Amino acid sequence: MKINVFVTPKKNVLDPQGAAVGHALDSLGFKGLKSTRIGKLIELDLAGADSPDFRSKLDQVCRDLLSNPVIEDYRYEIVG
Amino acid sequence: MNIGVLQFPGSNCDQDAFHLFANGLGLPTRYIWHKDTTLGDVDLVIVPGGFAYGDYLRCGAIARFSPVMKAVAAYADKGGLVYGICNGFQILCEAGLLPGALIRNSSLEYRCVMCDLTVEASTPSFSPSVLGPTVKLPIGHGEGNYRIDEAGLARLEANKQILLRYQSNPNGSLSDIAGIRNEKGNVFGMMPHPDRAFERFHQSRDGLAVSRAVLATKFPELLAKTA
Repeated sequence: MKINVFVTPKKNVLDPQGAAVGHALDSLGFKGLKSTRIGKLIELDLAGADSPDFRSKLDQVCRDLLSNPVIEDYRYEIVG
Repeated sequence: MNIGVLQFPGSNCDQDAFHLFANGLGLPTRYIWHKDTTLGDVDLVIVPGGFAYGDYLRCGAIARFSPVMKAVAAYADKGGLVYGICNGFQILCEAGLLPGALIRNSSLEYRCVMCDLTVEASTPSFSPSVLGPTVKLPIGHGEGNYRIDEAGLARLEANKQILLRYQSNPNGSLSDIAGIRNEKGNVFGMMPHPDRAFERFHQSRDGLAVSRAVLATKFPELLAKTA
């Protein structure tokens, strides 16, 4: 089973890295940017099948390790 | 009084912290390895600066799950004194032993400068009446930008959990916060380095008084020596 976990800075947490890249995009002539936010993509490949029990374990590791709920949100997609 | 200094792969201020407590303050000090599951007989656990586990994923995120941190959490839960410096502060936040989180400096730069810090009246020993209104300690970090939600900040203020504030904010930290303690008052964390401010050749020797103020939470007799 392949899972993509996306971890992004929370909407109300400032993202200095995203802001700096936004400035660079603007100076490249990429105009009209309202916001640039940078997160992480974590690709997991594991044995086993999807189930409610598996989802709750996945949510738990997303909260405990893969993201920090104080500053980040996460979501995941099961891609294969 | 026994001091324990944690050592993670990637810690790089463990020896500085050891030197501060062993030779600067003259206290029995030993290292505690990250794979240890018990702390032994200690009165203060130092979580030192550096880049524990390469700071992969987020600063402190992996260190939090090392065997020794379970023992530190149990020790803190029983009221044991814990003191995180720089990366140690980040680890304690990740471990949930201190509230909030530290993100990338707003400048995106690694900042290595001497800072004037306003001492807040936080505890009987960590206060301007003991330390003076300002202390000088150096920082050296890329991720010292303290973040917490509005309700969390209000709780920090109401419980007097803020220890130190930057007089000139080097990293974008919310409310100029440089260091905090937990609500119970036995877990301390700060980005500035007392372990780089105690030798005669250092620009400041305030690291001694600041560290004594933390220790005096449990050992008030130390304050007599501060004078």
